[in-house]
Amino acid sequence: MADHAIFDIDGLTKIYRTGAVEVRALDNVGLQLHSGEFVVLLGPSGSGKSTFLNVLGGLDHPTSGSCKFKNQDLSVMSEIDLTLYRREHVGFVFQFYNLIPSLTARENVSLITEISSHPMTPEKALGLVGLSERLDHFPAQLSGGEQQRVAIARAIAKQPEVLLCDEPTGALDSKTGVLVLETLSAVNKELGTTTIVITHNAAIRLMAHRVVYFADGKIARLEKNETRLDPAEVTW
Amino acid sequence: MVGLSALDKKLGRDLIRLWPQALATALVVAAGFATLIVGVGARRSIEDTRTAYYDRHAFADVFATLTRAPNAIERQLAQIPGVQLAETRIVQRGLLDIPGSSAPASGLIISYPDNSAQRLNRLFLRRGRLPEPGRTSEVVVNEAFAVAHGFSPGDQFHANLNGRLRKLSIVGIALSPEFVYAIGPGDLVPDDKRFAILWLSRRAVESLFDLDGAFNSVLIKVEQRHDTKAVIEAVDHLLARYGSTGAIARRDQQSHAFLDSEIQQLTAMSTVIPPIFLAVAVFLMNMILARIVALEREQIGLLKAVGYGRLSVAWHYMKFVFAITAIGCLIGAAFGTWLGRGLTRLYANFFHFPFLVFSKDVDIYILATAICAVAAALGAMRSVVSAFSLPPAVAMRPPSPPHYRRVWTDGVLLLRYLSKLTVMSLRQLAHNPVRAATTLTGLALATGLLVTALFNSDSIDLMIDVSFHQTARQHASVNFVEESPMHVLQDVRRLPGVLAAEPYRFIDVRLNNGHRSRRTAISGIVEKAELSRAIDNSHQPIEPPRDGLLVNARLAEVLELKQGQVVEIEVLEGKRVTRRHLISSIIESYIGLGAYMELSSLNALIDEGPKVSGVHILYDTSHEHSLYKAIKKTPIVASLVLQKHSLKKFRDTVGENINTITALYIFLSSIIAIGVVYNSARIQFSERARELASLRVLGFTNAEVSRVLLTELTIIILLAQPVGWVFGYVFAEAVTEGFKSDLFTIPFVIEASTYAKATLVVMAASAASVIIVRQRLRHLDLISILKTRD
Ligand SMILES: Nc1ncnc2c1ncn2[C@@H]1O[C@H](COP(=O)(O)OP(=O)(O)OP(=O)(O)O)[C@@H](O)[C@H]1O
Ligand SMILES: [Mg+2]
Repeated sequence: MADHAIFDIDGLTKIYRTGAVEVRALDNVGLQLHSGEFVVLLGPSGSGKSTFLNVLGGLDHPTSGSCKFKNQDLSVMSEIDLTLYRREHVGFVFQFYNLIPSLTARENVSLITEISSHPMTPEKALGLVGLSERLDHFPAQLSGGEQQRVAIARAIAKQPEVLLCDEPTGALDSKTGVLVLETLSAVNKELGTTTIVITHNAAIRLMAHRVVYFADGKIARLEKNETRLDPAEVTW
Repeated sequence: MVGLSALDKKLGRDLIRLWPQALATALVVAAGFATLIVGVGARRSIEDTRTAYYDRHAFADVFATLTRAPNAIERQLAQIPGVQLAETRIVQRGLLDIPGSSAPASGLIISYPDNSAQRLNRLFLRRGRLPEPGRTSEVVVNEAFAVAHGFSPGDQFHANLNGRLRKLSIVGIALSPEFVYAIGPGDLVPDDKRFAILWLSRRAVESLFDLDGAFNSVLIKVEQRHDTKAVIEAVDHLLARYGSTGAIARRDQQSHAFLDSEIQQLTAMSTVIPPIFLAVAVFLMNMILARIVALEREQIGLLKAVGYGRLSVAWHYMKFVFAITAIGCLIGAAFGTWLGRGLTRLYANFFHFPFLVFSKDVDIYILATAICAVAAALGAMRSVVSAFSLPPAVAMRPPSPPHYRRVWTDGVLLLRYLSKLTVMSLRQLAHNPVRAATTLTGLALATGLLVTALFNSDSIDLMIDVSFHQTARQHASVNFVEESPMHVLQDVRRLPGVLAAEPYRFIDVRLNNGHRSRRTAISGIVEKAELSRAIDNSHQPIEPPRDGLLVNARLAEVLELKQGQVVEIEVLEGKRVTRRHLISSIIESYIGLGAYMELSSLNALIDEGPKVSGVHILYDTSHEHSLYKAIKKTPIVASLVLQKHSLKKFRDTVGENINTITALYIFLSSIIAIGVVYNSARIQFSERARELASLRVLGFTNAEVSRVLLTELTIIILLAQPVGWVFGYVFAEAVTEGFKSDLFTIPFVIEASTYAKATLVVMAASAASVIIVRQRLRHLDLISILKTRD
């Protein structure tokens, strides 16, 4: 684990206004994330986890505060620069896999490798997630877990610096979920990718280097694991 | 029905939410509605107005022209069985000298009864009064002529009547059912400045033209339910010895025939154009509703589960398309009425009725609404049936994810070498072939419609080239009052500025082939002609035959004649011989029923020695004024046809009409293109919003993501073009066929540039709608789309 911060977040606030109602989704959040870290975000529903992740991923602008990725402040970047940032540095995995239904597994991955500067081959990425046998299947021909693993392969194939996962196991049964977690953990270990995972499954926290607890748009608590659990040992 | 009010609210909100799509579709319906009521309404306006005008002003059924007959014959005419009324009169021609115009105008002089009221072809006196009996200087003129020159009663001009220059005073301005469409000799379109109809007192005409106690024109009203043909035969029998060239029925009367041809053209247009719009409307309704029903599967299931009947659910969706149709019909009614009024105003420039209003009969609007509703129902049918039959349990489950397959295109196009964004587009295209085909057909119809509108200029260009530059190449034609001996050619040659002169002769004939028969005139032209020539269909000059006949394609078609076949020529003048001649060639000529022979052979046919009807001339234009002056003083000249003038008038008139029509069709086709492309893009956008949002999240730029959406559309738009060209060719051919009449034929040519222009317009309209949809991409809410399940 390298010790310099890849993300330096300070006073991050996000306010949603719907009519007269004002929701503070993020309220003055400050945090440093380190290169190569495996971080798990926990917290009750509506506590601001997704909002936080979306700002880190350049999908959303904060209302105030700064979110620096390697000294570049995402909060002041233009839409085009954020697109380039996502393209070059970020890999996403969502609860609903968001694969392109008209492309095969291999093609879904090469969709990304074609536009990145130092990608691995789609075959290697799919090998990493254990799908060497399913290269030419369309999403409709794959199970949920397999689809999610294609999504992970797609996210890691460009060798991004950060991998952001919003409830990656949310739509999966426990056995398949473990498989996906193992994949994420392996990628983090082998490629050194900074990985941030949102989950509702508190057991998963035992896999992380650090655990961030959200509540009411604020960081309620930070926890550091001295010893990490193997994904297979996580009980759901 | 209380429960349905909630559904009706949903309907209203759906319409508001989807307003651009609904409007785009409604506009296509509106275009169909408008073209339908304009076509039917304009046609009915002309027909009804004509019928009323004919009735009120006692338009004759039979017309005969002769050399001269004593007035006593009128009684015998009236006694022919079936004749209700017979009126005789004198019709003459003369050159007019109008103050302010150097070129002479042509006048048709018609006698007006002195002692009794006019019984047939009664004038509609717009201003002033009728001529006093016997006054040779008082004249009533047709309104168009008066308007063209700004004449009012009291104004004067000169006319060369029977060789003497006379000063005429306008006492009245009138319209006649006989001249609703009045076209001067040798002209292609009316030239109200250079052609006048003059009514003078009968006694005045008799004395001016030395026709005391005689007449040379007959009008007959046939009793109702009596056979006009039998009357014509009896009239011909009676008048043959007075030099009659054969009586004609209304359908051969010039003004009436032009109105018929206009009605025929309107019918042709309204059978080709509105169905195009309605077909597109069917496609669009189909597309939109299919998408809505697909999106609302769960709602449909819910509605059924809570107890809504299948019929009320189906009816709900049907009402959606009916609402769009109703909006379309309203817009179409307003636009169509406006357009119809404009068209009627345009008609008023050519067709001189005492009044002409666009027919706004309710039944036309009801019919058009019904037709549009049927089209909408057809379009909605597929989706309504699926909403009707969707079982509630199935509807509550999300549809299974789309199954894509590798398609044959994968191999052919070597997709692995294409960018994955392109692959996505191509697979999408192959995945939904029905919609792709529908979109393609809609766009092809837009292109086809444009080709149909734009090819008119190509036809007119060819018509002008053939008529003015290849066949009738003279500067002017001098028409004589009556057939003159050949030596007048020398006199014409001696006129100031004349460079070349070529004699010609017309002989009225009836051409027969079995039971097929047509009245026309054979033109006698000289061999090795430089001015008035005949050309074959490869546009090479062709010599007039000495022992055969050249006929144009229209005449050959109506008589079912081919080159080398024999036609019977019944001469309607002189000794009225009947001869059989070979069709030696079919020639290229788009005006009338053209037949040509070598001049001396034509004279031999009538056995009269060398005579001419007139002379074509080429002159030095710097001597124009002295030439005109000399001609105005020449006694035997009845009219001077100026080619340059006719061509300019033709270009101006037709050009103006074509410009108006082209602008209208560009607008209408753009509505189709925009409707189709916009709807198609919007629906794709809706179906693929999730996919497109994913791409944006993965770091693809807006431009790249729109490419995914647009590649497929672009391919469809491009593929639609050749199909549209074929449609255009077929429509244009149908319109050309529908326009064909004995008066003229529109040549069927489509230049490559016309196809290109049509495509450009469709592309521009498509691009505009694509830009609108692209705006939506910018506002795509990435986060909320990713939060939801498919
Ligand atoms: N687009 C939006 N408009 C208004 N309020 C929003 C919007 N997105 C999120 N919120 C609000 O912001 C707060 C934080 O939402 P967020 O999605 O970050 O929660 P979360 O911690 O991810 O919850 P969950 O575990 O349920 O996914 C919530 O109260 C939510 O209602
Ligand atoms: Mg969340």
